[in-house]
Amino acid sequence: MKPELEKRIVKGPDGFEFEVDPIRDYFCETPPTVMTAAYSAIIEKLFNWARAESIWILGFGTGCGAIEMRPLMTPRFDAYRYGVQWRPTPRQSNLFIISGYLSVKTLKRVIRSYEQMQNPKYVVGLGSCTINGGMYWDSYNTIKRLDDYLPVDLYIAGCMPRPEALLAGIVELKKIIRAGKAEGANIYAEKFEWYKANQKRVIHDWDMPDYNW
Amino acid sequence: MQALYHRLKALFPLGELTEQRENLVFVTVDAAHLRSLLLQLRDIEGFTHLVLLTAVDWIETGEFQLTYLLGNRAKRQDIGVRVMLSREQATMATIHDLWPTAATYQRELREMFGIDFPQSPGVNEEFILEGWNDIPPYRRDFNTLDYAEATYNDRPGRESRDPATYMREKLYGEGH
Amino acid sequence: MQFDWMQIPYSLLTLFIVLNYGMLLNALIAKIAARVGRRHGIPIWQNYADLLKNYGIRSSITHGVMFYLGPVFRLAGGVGLLLFVPTIFGSEMFSNLSFAGDLILALYFVFFGTLGMALGAGESGHPHAAIGVSRGLSQVTTAELPFALAVFAVALQYQTLSVTDIVAAQQGGFLNWTLFTNPFAVAAAMLGFLGSMMRPPFDVVLAPQEIPIGPPTEYHSSYLALMQTNRMIFPIAKIVVYMNLFFGGAASWPVFFIKVFFIYMVSVLVGVVFPRFHVEQSVRWFLVWAVPFGIIAVLMV
Repeated sequence: MKPELEKRIVKGPDGFEFEVDPIRDYFCETPPTVMTAAYSAIIEKLFNWARAESIWILGFGTGCGAIEMRPLMTPRFDAYRYGVQWRPTPRQSNLFIISGYLSVKTLKRVIRSYEQMQNPKYVVGLGSCTINGGMYWDSYNTIKRLDDYLPVDLYIAGCMPRPEALLAGIVELKKIIRAGKAEGANIYAEKFEWYKANQKRVIHDWDMPDYNW
Repeated sequence: MQALYHRLKALFPLGELTEQRENLVFVTVDAAHLRSLLLQLRDIEGFTHLVLLTAVDWIETGEFQLTYLLGNRAKRQDIGVRVMLSREQATMATIHDLWPTAATYQRELREMFGIDFPQSPGVNEEFILEGWNDIPPYRRDFNTLDYAEATYNDRPGRESRDPATYMREKLYGEGH
Repeated sequence: MQFDWMQIPYSLLTLFIVLNYGMLLNALIAKIAARVGRRHGIPIWQNYADLLKNYGIRSSITHGVMFYLGPVFRLAGGVGLLLFVPTIFGSEMFSNLSFAGDLILALYFVFFGTLGMALGAGESGHPHAAIGVSRGLSQVTTAELPFALAVFAVALQYQTLSVTDIVAAQQGGFLNWTLFTNPFAVAAAMLGFLGSMMRPPFDVVLAPQEIPIGPPTEYHSSYLALMQTNRMIFPIAKIVVYMNLFFGGAASWPVFFIKVFFIYMVSVLVGVVFPRFHVEQSVRWFLVWAVPFGIIAVLMV
């Protein structure tokens, strides 16, 4: 645990002393809840259409595959015509592309970012490394199965897949969303204990709250 | 570079000269003389740039080899200074006061090989691994495959093939 | 002053038309900008999908009361600006809630949203939000300066503070427009206009990849949707003010649509050609180039 995260006594500018526990004070630890569609089926269908047509990707490249996301913005591939755009903050995005190998250190940041995204949210595993480890299958520091740690809606195989494959994957994901089958956030909430146990098994210095939205 | 070697040889107890290329040579020196040799190279011979500092694990002879690679930008020459350390007592004097960048290299070596550099700033902080709980992963007695299999879950169904035989089978129909 | 209750549904109708027009216009503009970059661009209904999706997000979190009120203030700024200015000149239905001193109120509403945003973002807990807001506020303030001077010039010229009267004075041929009767005021206002339309070269404040991305960092789901709604209404409302003050107003919806489109295109054309300015550069730019025009305009009248 880093020293700045430890519980400590802080003296305020007015001379008043109070206790600070950064992990408890700065985050909310309430575990996620399953959120079902509270509306009628027609409205939910409309929302699903809107969700499929408005995919906001979190601009977080975890591995070498991040280089495949950038060309999608260029005139050559122009992902914007599919309603895809990149957002700088997890609060506003609803798609997390895990682009390639995921080291344990990055996994920690990925979990934090994922938990800050709002329900419904989707995860796409890009490249072989997210499926079974790929060429990093015997590495001491990269995970091999992404779906042990996060609920994954779609995998795109390849090492690396070309931008066209990523576009095809996004189009495929839109079909899943429109069918109402992309409920990763709710699966995460349901099997929260299992996911957390898996995450804590590989992240040895767990210095964050269990759920930090 | 031969002339440089002879000049240095007169001052320090150097080992054999290995000429890799016309402008890249390696010399070996003992740990006690390393600092004065580096200073001589930096201040008098013009090797002002610490290109890299890395290590090799010679598990067969029970030694770590540290390589300090220095560059002379003006003459476009590189010299690698090798220092052999015992694996059991892997401790080396820090050179962060000669090149500040060395502190980062030393921190990495501390984490990846377990070679200690006392008094180097931040040498005991985590570099890229977080919460590592095994022997340093770049040591050759660390079994990467075993560790990966014990720590990270496999997805069943993965198979690997020898590319040469697989291509022969698939493309040329041999082996059927 | 007589208050006719029938004005409320009429005003809501205006709001509805402007909202939809804004959605389509913004998408169209994005498409034009994309075509400049030789891209296909977003579908024309993209804004509807984004808006619906954000309203459809199931979970949201809050950081306190001001965090709620930020987007609400912002939307109120846009809606208020629209409602207190006559949209269609001479029409009973679409004069909205305009009254004798509405010019002053409009000036206030232009600023109101940004101010509300600053309060809301301050409470979001994001360390960069305060930096972002102060950058945004300083730029909007300097962009507002030439506009305010131009408005004073126009008010002096026509000796009234009522937007309706100003429009009435400009009727009868386009040579009666303020554009021709007081070109310096229009020049100053149009330069200020570039700054407050949130388009390049003056949009570095809300450029998403900037580190101090600023106010909207923590806003999501319905909050963001409210702000998006405002993004659709506010530019149109602002253009309505400009159209009324400087370009003779509009006597019918088709004229309105065409005029708004062309005024919007001014900022778009400038935007696709010029790269972004830093905040301090744009502040200097407004003070050096736009403000003197405003001062000349006031002096001329």
